[in-house]
Amino acid sequence: MLRRFLFSLLTVFLCTMLTFFIIRVAPGNPVKAMAVNIMLYEGLDEDTAYARAKSMLNYDPDQPVLEAFGSYVWNLLQGNLGVSMVYRQPVINIIFDTLPWTLLILVLALTFSASIGILAGLRIAWARKRWLNTGLNFYSSVFGAIPEYIVAYLLVSFFAGQLRIFPMKGAYDGQLVTPGPNLPFILNVLYFAILPVMTYVVTQLAGWVLGTRANATNVLGSDYTTYAMARGLPAKRIARTYVGRNAILPMVTNIVLSFGFMFGGIGLVEGVFNYPGLGSFFVGAIGQRDYPLMQGMFLMTTLSVVLFSYLAEILYRIIDPRIRNIRL
Amino acid sequence: MASAAAPTPPRTISLGAVKRKNLLEFARVLWKNHQSRLGLVILGVFVAMAALGPVLLQQPPMDYLNRYAMPSLQHPLGTDYSGRDTLVQLILGAQGVLLVALFAAIFTVAFAMFIGLFSGFIGGKVDMVLIFLADVVLTVPSFPVTLVLATMIRVRDPVSFGLILSIWSWAGLAKAIRTQVLSVKHQDFVEASRLMGISTVNIVTHDILPNVLSFLAVNFITIMKGSILASVGLMYLGLVEFQGNHWAIMITFALTRTGMILGNVAGLIYFLAPTVGLLLFQFGCLMLSNGLDEAFNPRLRG
Repeated sequence: MLRRFLFSLLTVFLCTMLTFFIIRVAPGNPVKAMAVNIMLYEGLDEDTAYARAKSMLNYDPDQPVLEAFGSYVWNLLQGNLGVSMVYRQPVINIIFDTLPWTLLILVLALTFSASIGILAGLRIAWARKRWLNTGLNFYSSVFGAIPEYIVAYLLVSFFAGQLRIFPMKGAYDGQLVTPGPNLPFILNVLYFAILPVMTYVVTQLAGWVLGTRANATNVLGSDYTTYAMARGLPAKRIARTYVGRNAILPMVTNIVLSFGFMFGGIGLVEGVFNYPGLGSFFVGAIGQRDYPLMQGMFLMTTLSVVLFSYLAEILYRIIDPRIRNIRL
Repeated sequence: MASAAAPTPPRTISLGAVKRKNLLEFARVLWKNHQSRLGLVILGVFVAMAALGPVLLQQPPMDYLNRYAMPSLQHPLGTDYSGRDTLVQLILGAQGVLLVALFAAIFTVAFAMFIGLFSGFIGGKVDMVLIFLADVVLTVPSFPVTLVLATMIRVRDPVSFGLILSIWSWAGLAKAIRTQVLSVKHQDFVEASRLMGISTVNIVTHDILPNVLSFLAVNFITIMKGSILASVGLMYLGLVEFQGNHWAIMITFALTRTGMILGNVAGLIYFLAPTVGLLLFQFGCLMLSNGLDEAFNPRLRG
């Protein structure tokens, strides 16, 4: 367990290093460009503007690499991720503004796709119908081959463009509701979240069904299931306690793992919906070459993925008694 | 083969023993398997499109009078937002798709092979460091990394595009190759070669490589399939100054310029044509890799 922890720590360190080098090897000179920008807009003299740019970008090109990296990490630890060049706001504030939206979409999408997918996978494995398997394979090869954002586009054009029953973009209607803990606002947010969540459910469902079906088929072929059937246990009990539990077990860690990986690819989908989440700001920062924001969003994404894969490992040990006592 | 004296264990058909008879036998097995036959046919059509298209067809001219024309004899798939023929663009685009996927697969397999063989064969500290690196690459998701890389490296041609796509995707294959190397490393025929004083390079190329080749071939196709999605995403974000025809460019234009959202039928065809193309291409890859797997692995043949 300690080894796994050290690995995660080292990974985080490498990610931080990678993040730091984004601005270091960026084409052109971001600090100079920023300084010119500040001079133009705020009428400061060159030296002051240059100093300001350095502190805003959280990066000093005049320092030696190691020293610059050291002060970058020191600033990171104090929560200073620099100031966004486009929004003129501390990056950490932008992260706090956008993270809840991304988490909302991811949590809802995972809850629906995993619960529907696992239940359907168990049913399909139990039923052993050929046409169900064929249909499933077809579905998964179609939706595994289309990028998620194209599915998002299709959903938007059909449900928002043609039928006009769901909103096209945004996270809530600012003219109808006021943000805050009131019921109309929460309902409105959920209403706006339907299409983004549906995108993920449509694209990820097949994966869950296939995974669960494979597990369940394995368990169905195992000796203890055969023995349970031979003992004449009721089918319902076999389906639930024997097949169900054992087949779902590995899927629990999958939930945590795919949470991390969805984090990595959410940018394009959020972009289609103009959803104010972490991903669309990451993609936007890349398009506008907003280096501090890009660094912040990249770090945030990689850190969450590392964290979630670490959690998945721990969770698996807790819920599976068979490997709980094996030292890693 | 230099190490022919070494007692070779019963192998499956390996490409390493490239004798004409074996190659013919291999082709026969591949053709007999209906999955790989389907894959070969589909990919063959794409290769033909990529090879012959640019020779036979010219860039379709813009023709603003015939924007969004419906399918007709003159334009079998209609025209796009600027009156260009959709079918001609589709055929011309195949080359870009195929080349990017091909280079991505070549680089990924090359990196993975180098790191996996090196790590598995040398072992010790080198192995530890390389495996750690591979684990890091596996943990950190590839799409954000590729995005960031694309802001730093200018992508202009299929080669640099393939390189960027492969930088963060070698790890899984490298680990698998390392495992394979470890499993053959101490088998009798490798030990024998070593006792005979055959050089390490020779052992790798003659004893170890043939044993992982089948595995590499299957992965090569799978990587081609996987690189398609990432390349489309990068192009959609405009991070690639890729000139020429590529289906991703068509998809991006269809989404951003034709107002498909408002239900323009010719625009919809313009969007569906490259999307279905990508789907079929990936399906062909999947079929071929399944078929290869079965052809190499007699236990799966059934």
